[in-house]
Amino acid sequence: MKEIDELNLPEDLKYAEDHEWVRQNGDKVVIGINDYAQDQLGDIVFVELPPVGESFEKGAEFGTVESVKAVSELIMPLSGEILAINTQLEDAPELVNQSPYADGWMIEIKPSDPSELDALLTRDAYLAMLKG
Amino acid sequence: MRYLPHTHEDIAAMLEVVGVKNLDELFQSLPADCRRQDDLNLPEAMTEWELDNHIHGLADTMATPPAYQVYLGAGSYEHYVPASVSYLLSRSEFVTSYTPYQPEISQGTLQAIFEYQTLTARLLGMEVANASIYDGASALAEAMLMSTRIARRKRIAVSALIHPAYRRVVKTYFEPTGYEVIELPYTDAGQTDLSSLASLDDLAAVAIQSPNFFGCIEDLATIKNTIEDEKTLMVVCFTEALAYGLLKSPGSQGAAIACGEGQSMGLPRSFGGPYLGMFASKMKYVRNMPGRLVGETKDLDGKRGFVLTLATREQHIRREKATSNICTNNSLCALGAAMFMASLGGTGIRQLAQLNHDKAEYLKQKMIAAGFKVPFSNPTFNEFVVGFPENFKKTYDRLIDQKIIAGLPLDTFYPELANHYLMCVTETKNREDLDSLVAEVSS
Amino acid sequence: MNEPLGTTGLVLNEPLLWEKGQKGRCGYSLPKSDVDASPLDAKFVGEGPDFPDLSEVEIVRHYTRLSTWNFGVDTGMYPLGSCTMKYNPKTNERQAAQHGLALAHPLLPGKLSQGALQLLYELEHLLAEITGMEAVSLQPAAGAHGELAGMLLFYAYHQDHGSPRSKILVPDTAHGTNPASASLCGYKSVGIKSNEQGVLSPETVADHMDTDTAGIMVTNPNTLGLFEDHMKTIADIVHAKGGLVYADGANMNAVMGIVNMLDVGVDVLHLNLHKTFSTPHGGGGPGSGPVCVSKLLEPYLPVPRVVKAENQYRLSEDFPKSFGKLHAFYGNFGVMVKAYSYILSLGADLKKVSQLAVLNANYIKEQLRDVFELAYDRPCMHECVFSDKRQAAHKVTTLDMAKRLIDYGFHPPTIYFPLVVPGAIMIEPTESESKEDLDRFITACRTIVAEAEKSPEDLHAAPTRTRTRRLDETTAARNPCLTG
Repeated sequence: MKEIDELNLPEDLKYAEDHEWVRQNGDKVVIGINDYAQDQLGDIVFVELPPVGESFEKGAEFGTVESVKAVSELIMPLSGEILAINTQLEDAPELVNQSPYADGWMIEIKPSDPSELDALLTRDAYLAMLKG
Repeated sequence: MRYLPHTHEDIAAMLEVVGVKNLDELFQSLPADCRRQDDLNLPEAMTEWELDNHIHGLADTMATPPAYQVYLGAGSYEHYVPASVSYLLSRSEFVTSYTPYQPEISQGTLQAIFEYQTLTARLLGMEVANASIYDGASALAEAMLMSTRIARRKRIAVSALIHPAYRRVVKTYFEPTGYEVIELPYTDAGQTDLSSLASLDDLAAVAIQSPNFFGCIEDLATIKNTIEDEKTLMVVCFTEALAYGLLKSPGSQGAAIACGEGQSMGLPRSFGGPYLGMFASKMKYVRNMPGRLVGETKDLDGKRGFVLTLATREQHIRREKATSNICTNNSLCALGAAMFMASLGGTGIRQLAQLNHDKAEYLKQKMIAAGFKVPFSNPTFNEFVVGFPENFKKTYDRLIDQKIIAGLPLDTFYPELANHYLMCVTETKNREDLDSLVAEVSS
Repeated sequence: MNEPLGTTGLVLNEPLLWEKGQKGRCGYSLPKSDVDASPLDAKFVGEGPDFPDLSEVEIVRHYTRLSTWNFGVDTGMYPLGSCTMKYNPKTNERQAAQHGLALAHPLLPGKLSQGALQLLYELEHLLAEITGMEAVSLQPAAGAHGELAGMLLFYAYHQDHGSPRSKILVPDTAHGTNPASASLCGYKSVGIKSNEQGVLSPETVADHMDTDTAGIMVTNPNTLGLFEDHMKTIADIVHAKGGLVYADGANMNAVMGIVNMLDVGVDVLHLNLHKTFSTPHGGGGPGSGPVCVSKLLEPYLPVPRVVKAENQYRLSEDFPKSFGKLHAFYGNFGVMVKAYSYILSLGADLKKVSQLAVLNANYIKEQLRDVFELAYDRPCMHECVFSDKRQAAHKVTTLDMAKRLIDYGFHPPTIYFPLVVPGAIMIEPTESESKEDLDRFITACRTIVAEAEKSPEDLHAAPTRTRTRRLDETTAARNPCLTG
């Protein structure tokens, strides 16, 4: 497993305490799990994502990600409606390991309360949280 | 005691390493109020030979073939078991191993279970089968729970011609869920009556047994068509797996889940257990499936091997959200069933199933010719219901004295069927047996 | 013998069943037909399953070869924590195979099945005596099935008292089956943390126990191999709020004749006959998971129950408060015969069994504590839990050491459980192992610890003496191939 200073945590993203990342794209937001989460889980074998059109509150479980011997819940960092999901993960869950911030993205949402974005952590604040 | 290897010297040396004076002191950390004050009050230990005699005394009271002619089926069937199957199944490498958590030293069990899954899936015409559930009844209960997860619905329908004990087990499993269990009545011809189906909304599943408890073969393809709601799954259960050597498979007729009892596949009746819950479904439902699954993979050198897989469904990982609480299943029974199915082969299972059908049909026709009622006209496999005259109980008891058990009285399960008996005939009965049975019940 | 146990020998390869055979062979002696053929209505007739056709010789070689790829208790020491892999006496197998029992149909009339009913009746009473409980049902088919029975008893009891409850307390050291069984009964599991001594503290239980909580599920001894020494106080706290105490008896092998479960406040306890009572595990079952209860819960036990009157045994359904049926018949009878035989073979020596199981575990703990990190430094019961903390510096994990033990001829301990100990190594030697065998195991562990420092790569590559090396579980899960 990676040491904390080996983690790839891009500056331009926001982070949730549950290890999701968030990228703002105009009035839409793309969400995935970050390098720390994929590294902790190990080889990801299955990703379960919600149907498009469903809405979730911040903090709600929107899916699960599985390695061989662990299941992790995916938690909404923001409230909003699912606009798109990464269907590629169905056949290629390893994309989450290989490319957590690009090909391994999970959902695109329309936030219902954009101000929730402000409560998310910056890279440095997230790193500080990891270091405890 | 021969199972305990410790000599006095061993114990003394080990106690010294541990740092206590005697065996009792090993438990000195237990609070006094937790320690048992009295000694175990158990019978004096038996020698191996005393035990042989004692158990023989118990076994000797039991009415078993060949001394008795037993025409009982109803979820437990008398079939010949090849010596090779019993012999192989007693290999201690299979018998004395645990669940194959360490695949490098469990490849024997793992490949054998992979083969069992494959043969079971082929027998039932399904895409995937698990490594087993406890028995036919718990397999059906698990199947019905699985259907509620897939359909996200809280209501199921079960045929009244499913084995009465299986229905009771389903009821037990469903009681705390608060979900509704509806029973579908049966027709005069001995099939499930689906006429109420159209008025039942939001069913997660309809469960049908075929051959059903009366031995009648259900028309699964027609039932599948009758279930109009696309989200309602057809669950097919069975108590006599051998029937699928001859019948169309559940899968080929639209079953989403097929499950039932595999005892017929080489397992002794053993007074009701251990048996084998066979459980199979369509691949698209595999992540909702209960129980263990073995999958094929490769080792570091690229050599074929097998591992337990998709374990994230199971209790040791998903805990309260698991697809079932099952852990230990009936693995060795599954192994025995695989050995039995392999011994029969495709050619043999067909012939054996046909033979069961032919012999049962012979007795059925003889009974009709002797003037007894066979109330359900639908075709049967190796069991059928006979209606006897009102005073038949006397004859039944007389036959018991003659060491013939002439079927299972049905009135405890179906009060409307007083004087009706469920008769089972397998390959173990010969023509003379059947002729003399007809003569005896007629006299 | 000074050489290590683990070695290599000639092991034969063997294909899958359907990769051998020829159409037209048969490994079964088909009975002759002495009746007329009677074709079934064509609309019901299928094509028949696509099974390979094999001769008896092919089948015998197939399974004999497969068996040699397995490791069992009869092969060697199998210190799998929480699984009680003790020796499975061969006479038990002989007894279960006696014709009168093995060939008995479960629906025989009562007067023709007195022996089997007597055996059930007596086994219930023997288990009650051993555990200290007051009534027993043998119906559950395995440990988790027994847990479900226990939760159904909780449910039926609270319903009967007009106070259905929604939660259940489950310690963080519990087996996964506990919360999963509770969920089946609609109970929401509330996790209870064990304290720094590795056991439950009464205060924590009191903080969580309320009148909407059905009770608590406790494994005692717990999965750290420690006795829950506040058991009685905890039971009092739970009872005071109208709750019930469930004990997971997976670890009963430590306390037969030592602890009376009723006295410590247990309302229902399940046993694993395939652990404590020596019936073989069969590579994953069949097991048997009887539930033992107090008088309070007896009315709710599953039916039918065996009753005795005028020296006759019969099955009775006459228990109106029973929660119903869990098994098509009476449970795994064949397994019960083996457990019954074991108990009759040992008698009061069952207490000695527990004493020696605990002695063996403490001996291992003392002999390995200088090389492995001990999770909790206290006297243990029948198993001890270490971790890989000290080997982390060499980038050697519990998994590596477990796989290396295979090369030395031992089945690995349970690993990565309980979850409260990261990198857990849970060793349960059982009473079956002699001092020499324990010493051999200890030597192997110490050798591996030395290897971890000097040549960690050997451990990463282990096992090397097995027919297959480490298997790719990731690919198996990503692209499941579940049938051939």
